[in-house]
This record gives sequence, C-alpha cells and structure tokens, in this order.
Amino acid sequence: MRRIRAAAVGAVTLSLVLSAAACGGGSPSGGSGDNSRPGTLTYWASNQGANLEVDKKVLQPELDKFEKRTGIKVKLEVVPWSDLLNRILTATTSGQGPDVLNIGNTWSASLQSSGALLPWDEKNFERIGGRDRFVESALGSTGVRGQDPAAVPLYSMAYALYYNKKMFAEAGITKPPATWDELVATGKRLTKDGKAGIGVEGSNLSNNIHQVFVLGKQHGADFFTPDGKADFTSDGAVAAVKQYVDLMAEHRIVAKGNAEYAQNQSLSDFAKNRTAMVLWQTAAATFKAQGMDDSAWGVVPAPVPSGKPGRGTAVNSMVAGINLAVFKNTKNIDGAMKFVEFMTGDEEQKILNKAYGSIPPVTSAQADPAFNTPALAPLRRTLATSAAALPQVPEESQFETVVGTAVKELFADAAAGRPVTTASVRAKLEKAQQQMPNT
Amino acid sequence: MTTTAIEKTGGRTVPQRDPGAEHGPRRPGRLRALGLPYLLLLPALVLEILVHLVPMLIGIVMSFKELTQFFIRDWGTAPWAGLDNYAVSVDFDAPVGEALLKSFLTTCLFTLLSVGLCWLIGTAAAVFMQETFRGRGLLRTLFLVPYALPVYAAVITWAFMFQRDNGLINHVLHDQLGLTDSPPFWLIGENSFITLLVVSVWKGWPFAFLIMMAGLQNIPREIYEAAALDGAGVWQQIRRITLPSLRPVNQVLVLVLFLWTFNDFNTPFVLFGRAAPESADLISLHIYQSSFQTWNFGTGSAMSVLLLLFLLVVTGLYLTLTSRGRKSADA
Repeated sequence: MRRIRAAAVGAVTLSLVLSAAACGGGSPSGGSGDNSRPGTLTYWASNQGANLEVDKKVLQPELDKFEKRTGIKVKLEVVPWSDLLNRILTATTSGQGPDVLNIGNTWSASLQSSGALLPWDEKNFERIGGRDRFVESALGSTGVRGQDPAAVPLYSMAYALYYNKKMFAEAGITKPPATWDELVATGKRLTKDGKAGIGVEGSNLSNNIHQVFVLGKQHGADFFTPDGKADFTSDGAVAAVKQYVDLMAEHRIVAKGNAEYAQNQSLSDFAKNRTAMVLWQTAAATFKAQGMDDSAWGVVPAPVPSGKPGRGTAVNSMVAGINLAVFKNTKNIDGAMKFVEFMTGDEEQKILNKAYGSIPPVTSAQADPAFNTPALAPLRRTLATSAAALPQVPEESQFETVVGTAVKELFADAAAGRPVTTASVRAKLEKAQQQMPNT
Repeated sequence: MTTTAIEKTGGRTVPQRDPGAEHGPRRPGRLRALGLPYLLLLPALVLEILVHLVPMLIGIVMSFKELTQFFIRDWGTAPWAGLDNYAVSVDFDAPVGEALLKSFLTTCLFTLLSVGLCWLIGTAAAVFMQETFRGRGLLRTLFLVPYALPVYAAVITWAFMFQRDNGLINHVLHDQLGLTDSPPFWLIGENSFITLLVVSVWKGWPFAFLIMMAGLQNIPREIYEAAALDGAGVWQQIRRITLPSLRPVNQVLVLVLFLWTFNDFNTPFVLFGRAAPESADLISLHIYQSSFQTWNFGTGSAMSVLLLLFLLVVTGLYLTLTSRGRKSADA
C-alpha cells in the first residue's frame, strides 16, 4: 500500500516537474503556399491606432469592401505589439499562421532568415502592380540587401521632435531646438516645478533601439560591421548610448519615472502638459486620442549636431514603418496576393495612412495633399532626405532585445541615482554583445 | 488527496474482499475487475503522454540541435549540435552560463523565501481559524480570494499598484506615510525582487492555508481536549499535537509549493514584461528569454532540460528522505 502511495505521489510530482521542460511543441512544417482554401483569408494587423478597438474600426470597413469586390472574407485579428513577434515565431514553428500579416519593418531581415515569409521576387511584385510603385527608402527596410524582399511597405513613419506649444510659450521659448546642445539647453529651461523638458520610454526596448541607432549614426557608428557581425562596443556606439541616457543621468531634463515607461506614458505626459518635448514617430493620432488639440503641439525635424539634417552623420531618424507580408504556408496564395494589391493600392493607401497619421510608402498616393500638412511635411522630408534603415541583418531582432535591455538597465541606474559613465555604458554593451549568437 | 483515494483502492484489492473473488471463479468478471482500473486510467495516461511527455521529448531532442532562427520553420533540417548547447549553458565563466547561474541562484533564494512565507502565513492563519468565532466563514472566503482570482488579472493589478509615479504602493508609502525620501521604483532595479516576492506570497499562501485547514480538520478534537486536561498550553498543543499530525500534509504541500514557485513564469512575465530586471530574473523567464528573445531554441531547450534534471533530483531526494522518515516513524 505504501508503495502504491509512493508511486502515486511520484507520478503526480513527475508530471508537475515535467511541465518545466515541456516548452515548445507543434510539428515541423515544409512546403509553401497553395490555393486549397480560396474563400477566406486570416489577417494579423499590428496595433496602429490608439488602441485595438480603433484599429478594428479603421480596418473592418475596408475589409468589407475587399470582400464585396473579390468575394474573399478576411478574418481580422489586431495583435498588440507586445505579442506580435512571438505570435509570428510560434506560427513559423508550428506552420499554423495567418495568410497575411503586418510586421515591424525592422524585423524584415530576421523573419526573412527564418524562411516563414513569401519572398517578393519580380513575378510576385508584378502581381501587385510592380516594385517601382514603392518609395525607395521604404523598400530599404524589407530585408537583407541583395535578396528578394520579405515583405512590402504598408505604412511609413519617421521620428521628429514634437513640442508642447503651451509649455514653450510659458517658458518664453520661441524657437524649437535644432541641435542637441540646443535641446539640452531648452530642456533645462523647461524642467521645473515637477515638469520635465523631454520624455523617454526607458523600458520600451524597441524605442530605445530606434533612438540610440540614430545617435549612433551621428557618432559614425552602425552597431553591425559591414559583414553583419555585432559591433556594439565601438566608441561611437558607447557615446551614442551614453548621450541618450545622459538626458536623464547628467542633464536631468527627463523625469526619473520615465525609466519604467513602456506603454507610451511619455506621450500621455506630453498631452497633459507635464513634458514639453518628445522624440517620436508620427504621434499626431495618439495626441488626438489623448485629448490634445492639433494646435497645441508643433513638430520639427529631430536634432542633429550640425542643426542641418541630411545623410551620413546628419541622419535624424530611422526609416520607421510597417510592412505587409504573406505567410509562406498560406492556403490561399492568390487571395493573399489580391489582398496585398488591395492594401497597397492608391485608394486604400490614402484611406489607411490618413486614419493612422502615417505616410504612404506608395509614390502615387503620397502626392495627396493630406500628406503635406504641417504635421506630416517634416516627417515626409525626413524620410526622403535624412532617414536611415536599421541594420538589415538576420540578427536585428536579437539586437533590439539585448541592446534595448542594456539601455533600459542604464536608465534604471540613472533613475536610482547611480552614475552612468563611459565605462558602465561600455560594460553593459559588452554584456549585450556577448549574448548575441556567433560572437 | 490523491494519496487518500489510492489508499482506499489499495484497501479494496485485498483478496477476501474482492467482489470478483466472492463470486467464485467467474473469469470474465475477474478480468474486468483487473482491467477496469487501467481502462479508467487510460484517458489520463493518453493526455499525460500527449500534453507532457511528447513535448518534453521534443524539447530534449531540440536541446541537441542547433535550432536557431534559420531552422525554426523546419526543425528537421537543423544540424545536430551534440552537447554544444549544454556546454554553453554550464560554462559559468562565459556570459551565457554566468547569467544562467545567477538566475538559478536568484530563483533558489526567491523560492526559499516565498515557500517559507507562504507556509508560515498559511499555517498560522489555518491554526487561528480552527476556533469558531463570528465571521469565520467570511474571513475564510476572503483569504481564498487571491487563490480564486485569475493570475493575469491579479498580477496586472499589482503591476499598476507598483508603478512609481501613479501606483498605490508609493502613494501610501511615500505620499501618505512619508517613509521614503523619494518614491522608490518597484518594477525596475533591485526592489523588483521584493515586488516579485510580495506578489508571489500573496498569490501562494491561500493554497497553503486551504491545505492546512483541511489537514487540521482531520485531527480529532479529543486529543486537544485530553492534552488540555493534562495541562498543555496553546503553544504546547501546536508543537506537540498539531504540527506532528500535519507532517504528511506538510510534506506534500511544501513539495508542491516548491515546484510551483520554482517554475513560476506568469508572475515575473506579467510584472516585468519581456526583459526582467536582473534582481528578479527567475529561471523560467530566463529560459524563455534565451529561447524566444534570441531565437536560439536549442540553447533554451538545453537549459530547460537542465532545470528538469535539477528538479527531478531535488524531488527524488526529498521523497526519499521524507518517506524514510515516515517509515522509521511508522516502525
């Protein structure tokens, strides 16, 4: 009896223990798309609006329109950013995924290397109207150079400096800063009475990467060598990361609480007149959703050391945006192609980009006057003249995680009052680099 | 509870009381009686194999493969890595192994404190709730609320409460009581260990309370009464009667709490998101990060297998030691 009892306890315990190792699953998958399920499509959209409901409201009428025209029903799921990459990875591993999906354009090369997405060769591009419909800079962020793109551009965005007009007026500042020195000086004048000069999202890994990547460019650093090896500890990279964290650590123009921000709280602070500036990508729609009137904020190109944005070390934004990809395992490849053609057509490009406050990466749609407003003109100019694509290497996604985390930890140090020095920044970046595969 | 059920079944298998035996040599009936337990166990067994064993075996296979992003679409094509993934995981001088070791030690400390506190609070509450008093039912229900709440909803609420600028915790500690010079961070930096511990204990102690309460109700009241007549005080009653009687319950409780806490993924993941602060980098989250964030599922699986081995060894040792203790106590 005792033995039976012991065996039972053992069995129950074993099953509890085993759940520790039972990670992963599913079956390996091969092959590529066919047309065995022509009537429907599943579409994973990324969260572009103020919340998931807004996205559904924007997209559903367009999907209904598509169904009316083609008879294909599109099942929509809006996936939050925090889940999207994991969902795609899981879908890749199991072979059970959507037919068409949005991806952050910086993930293009990483996802391309997994082979999960349909490559856009000339033949496929022809089916949606040709490669030359798209703006060249946007195509620069669709995968490793020299390979067929893993996705096509859907929405384009760029970083710019947004400033709160009311707070600027109260401080008697008439001209928004154009250089980093000016930004720090302006920030110091604005930081008082519990209000901060500029906001950051210290715990948002992707945003951290976008910011330090641009600063890295300005310091002549790239974070990857030309042959695609991680290079996080170059003097330029260290200086870039330190410069960004120093907004809080040395200059104290960022409120300490920003170190734990990761859900756009800095934009909410901005809308509530608690923070005077933010460096952000196409923030107009979010400000509106936060109840801030369009006239209450201004936007200028993000600062560069010389004050004049351009190429090389005068880059002041990444090429931000969303790409549309077709999952290789789709059971409705013709329908998926039709859907991509529909979404990148002039009419939908105008409707969707207007709704989201972004810029169409399709040349013919960009001409619409709606994309030449004071809110969007600086962004368009930035995209055309002074934006650089994040490294198009397979390890980009890992880079976002490890360096983004390093910056997060440095912000945590700064917020706790610990010194952030060149040595401490280098140590964090060294640790990040060691976590990269094949280093 | 499982043990009690087995015990009864075990009791019924004594030959003389076997229903099949009573009816003489009716073979089919006997066969049925012999086969029935297995038939009843079959669904559980099949599910156990499908849900736990198969993924676990796949995980073990994965740990011997170089399963990076280039091969996740078709695992079969991933090259074999031999013991490379294990070598990387246990090379404590190199960054990956060092981080794993640190995470392991953090998890050990966390588990020790969390299980200890859960047990202490749960036991104390259960002992005090033995006496009948007005509002006992209400308190019992109230105590079980954390156990009844969905983990995600509860932990998200805690994450809100622990926010530095707008959270309830800092509002009380800093704004109202003035205990700190400046509002501390709870979700980043060193304090995150405390945050994790608080939420884990809050979530875990009602289970200990529930099990202890059930255990206490099995101790006959007469023993206490006799002890009281003999002049034993409350403390002596707890030490000499309650705790020894609860020994078998405790053995299972501590083991289950240990495994749950050591493997806890939801709490740190919901509290800290995809990059936990170093001081709260629990092993399950660490392994998740090693697999999903760096897309290196081979190394992640190797770490998982190591964790599995560790837990098996600990559990095996624990069961051996406690059953030996029980045997000698029985004898």
